[in-house]
Amino acid sequence: MFVAAAFAILVALALAITRAIKGPTVFDRVLAGNSVGTLAIMLLAVVGFLTGRPEFLDIGLTYGLLNLISTLAVLKFFRHGDLAYDADTERQL
Amino acid sequence: MLILDAVSWACIVAGSFFTVVGTFGLVRMPDVFTRMHAASVVDTLGVGFLILGMAIQAGFSLVALKLGFLLALFFFTGPVVTHALAQACLHENIQPVLSEDRRARARAEIIDESGGRQP
Repeated sequence: MFVAAAFAILVALALAITRAIKGPTVFDRVLAGNSVGTLAIMLLAVVGFLTGRPEFLDIGLTYGLLNLISTLAVLKFFRHGDLAYDADTERQL
Repeated sequence: MLILDAVSWACIVAGSFFTVVGTFGLVRMPDVFTRMHAASVVDTLGVGFLILGMAIQAGFSLVALKLGFLLALFFFTGPVVTHALAQACLHENIQPVLSEDRRARARAEIIDESGGRQP
């Protein structure tokens, strides 16, 4: 049962990476990258159950938080061209 | 015990199905906004069913609690990322592909009624 789930997640990962390579705009790639992160967490959890070591879930939680921060950082970088962009500057423009 | 196994098996199969369907939509959809819509299927139904199935397998333990934390994490971060992504797209002037632009039509009607003045 977990083998089937792991196989499905691997297929989904391949499809998401296809979009990340094909993606015409940078936002398609960011979206695909976020999906790859989500699927990697699920693969970690499923493989943890498959090998009888569910402690992998801690790594999954950490990776989930990192995924959120990195996606938002990349989006902020491509929106402002600078990670240290000041919000007050935008209000004055 | 057999019933619980069957229920968790069904949940994991459903989760696998929605995960593959969501990423298939990610490849097949025409523009970035519809792709976001397809990717959110993975974040909600796919991950939800997979975690539910694994939590039933784990039973009432610390592992189930960690799976619950993982589900809560996806529950809160998915909408945040999608919102930031949509706002960044609109900021870059990427417009959604529409078969019928109702908003522009409504705007045109308001202009007609007000005699050419901008609302």
